[in-house]
Amino acid sequence: MRWIAVVLGLLLLACVPLSCRPRPEIAIGSKKFTESVILGEIVSQLADSCQVTAHHYRELGGTRLLFDALRNGDIDIYPEYSGTIVQEILAGERLLDDQAMRAALQQRGIGISRPLGFNNTYALAMHEDTAEDLGITTISDLAAHPQLRLRFSNEFMDRADGWPGLRQRYDFPQRDVKGMDHDLAYRQLDAGMVDVIDAYTTDAKIEFYNLRLLQDDRRHFPRYDAVLLYRANLADRQPEFMETLRQISGRIAEPTIRAMNSRTELDGVTETQVAVDFLQSSLGIHTQVEPDSVARRIVRHTREHLDLVRKSLIPAILVAIPLGIWAARQPATGQIILATVGVVQTIPALALLVMLMTPVNLLGLSSLGDGSITAVVALFLYSLLPIVRNTATGLRDISPPLRESAIALGLPATARLRLIELPLASPTILAGVKTAAVINIGFATLGALIGAGGYGQPILTGIRLNSTALILEGALPAAALALLTQGLFELAQGWLIPQGLRLKASS
Amino acid sequence: MFELVEISKRYGDRQALHPTSLRLASGTTYAIVGPSGCGKSTLLRLMIGLISPDSGHILFENKPLSEHNVQVLRHQIGLVIQEGGLFPHLTARANVTLMAGYLGWPADRIERRVRQVAELTQFPQDGLERYPAQLSGGQRQRTSLMRALMLDPDLLLLDEPLGALDPLTRFQLQTELRDIFRQLQKTVVLVTHDMGEAAYLGDSLILLREGRMVQQGTIDELLDRPADPFVSSFLHAHRSPLEEREA
Repeated sequence: MRWIAVVLGLLLLACVPLSCRPRPEIAIGSKKFTESVILGEIVSQLADSCQVTAHHYRELGGTRLLFDALRNGDIDIYPEYSGTIVQEILAGERLLDDQAMRAALQQRGIGISRPLGFNNTYALAMHEDTAEDLGITTISDLAAHPQLRLRFSNEFMDRADGWPGLRQRYDFPQRDVKGMDHDLAYRQLDAGMVDVIDAYTTDAKIEFYNLRLLQDDRRHFPRYDAVLLYRANLADRQPEFMETLRQISGRIAEPTIRAMNSRTELDGVTETQVAVDFLQSSLGIHTQVEPDSVARRIVRHTREHLDLVRKSLIPAILVAIPLGIWAARQPATGQIILATVGVVQTIPALALLVMLMTPVNLLGLSSLGDGSITAVVALFLYSLLPIVRNTATGLRDISPPLRESAIALGLPATARLRLIELPLASPTILAGVKTAAVINIGFATLGALIGAGGYGQPILTGIRLNSTALILEGALPAAALALLTQGLFELAQGWLIPQGLRLKASS
Repeated sequence: MFELVEISKRYGDRQALHPTSLRLASGTTYAIVGPSGCGKSTLLRLMIGLISPDSGHILFENKPLSEHNVQVLRHQIGLVIQEGGLFPHLTARANVTLMAGYLGWPADRIERRVRQVAELTQFPQDGLERYPAQLSGGQRQRTSLMRALMLDPDLLLLDEPLGALDPLTRFQLQTELRDIFRQLQKTVVLVTHDMGEAAYLGDSLILLREGRMVQQGTIDELLDRPADPFVSSFLHAHRSPLEEREA
């Protein structure tokens, strides 16, 4: 009876909507770096000034994820760079000029704004002193120093216009070339742990860390003019907004954007405030910033985080326990089931999210934002293994005399499972659910990669801005939630595990 | 009422039981004895369908035991194993009443029957609400016996029921078991490796060795007309402390 109550309670908890924010009229996306977030905020504030409800999904996982989200209609607009479009997104099409690019995008139902006014191209950066000592001013000069340690952002390592193309063009002798998180790379460069990193020409950190940008003497890097990509139907849906949007074309010059980047990254001003100030000073557009206290942010992130956890963990429990029972009953099938859920565990989070986006969209479900089905499905998959494994183990480890006693009584198989085997295995099963819950709470921080918020959001922003306070704002509540969950499970054990199993044998 | 016809069982290379036939008459207590690995537990497990024979068949009240009727037949058979096989998550009462409850007996009928079997096995009333872990070894075996008797079965199977008990408890329970068997007049099959216990409790003794039945008969028959030197040596293979003092 208790277990039926638990199952019904879980179902109810998984289904009740806690928050039902309607889809905004305009959904804006941005990439994981400050400049993109600022541009997204500028678009968001512009929408506000036109009385259009907008939501800005900040710091989404990567170019592919954003472009797919745009094509699928999960977002309506996001800032992009012309070089990225030609070299990366539409790399297979060998687009020769802007005209061809425009047409290729048009075919996909996507429009492109006029350039915003700055070119943020890739560059290789070295510490000014190191570069001076070695006499390096151009990328070609690197060839004379094979001992240099090169560290590039993971996206740069993979992109056709990044490391693969650059290496071909310049024929580098260096052996020590690795991928590394971009923000970490700056710090490692400053600490003298690495020698050369990739950088963006509008990056605020160039001046802060006193870096020298190496001249691209063989003209490898294409132009990266900042533009906005938007769904072609946006002009019909929001004509006034699109009209306003045109005003910012050509208005953001390189010094302007570098100053804005620097205000956020070095002075700690929020992207929203920077965007508001820009619109006020350059275009005379006034918008309001809602104050956002730490407490309010934590409450919001907690709600988002719990939403991800309950929507993924509860269905995982309800699916994994029957799978575990099946695996225990049929060892051959059990091997296949355990291997499958085990393999899922090894897929990196971002890869899993990108893989899941298309099927989720085909089903007509929202793949981005809060309640992102993509994030929920990914977390669901990550939660299966401990529960399936513990259920199967718990059932298999029941001692043969007890199993046979139940058979000898004349209980049919289903009754044996319900009355004897599951209660006997319940401590092991519950331990599996507890492990899954703690893993799930940790993994749910990946929701931030896909706009679902949660504690991952401040962590992601904190890493980007090198702000320990922000990282802790996400990490501490996440740890507290994991501990709280542990505690709740200890309590639940007292209630759910039969009393007789918690006793020590008397003799 | 229970008949085994030429049944045999093989585990891999080992012939655990050679073709064996056995008729169990109503109201008789049979004690199956023999050294470890002689096939006595195999024989018992075959009777309740935990394993199925490689050849031969089993008749229960003239009906052959099959996959279809084994579930119902098990309700007419009570089993007690070494250490009781009690479910640790259930109280003594819940262990005893599990099947009756599952079969939908009314509460008052269950209550009456529990009182009867508790009285019969001299199980203390207040022990019924305890969990197996809170009971002594002897009480656990009494509980297991109550569970086996709950549905008033025609056949009672006991597999080394006193094997894990200390000598005093064992001695006392042997006395009580004999009273219970006499009172109930049920068909009982007791598996033991203790010749003294077999002789004390069994009306008919069945001696097994390496998967074959060596002899069946009363203790007098076995003592007076052993079928084989092994019968005599097995009957005498036990020590008494009194012997030591006399020697």
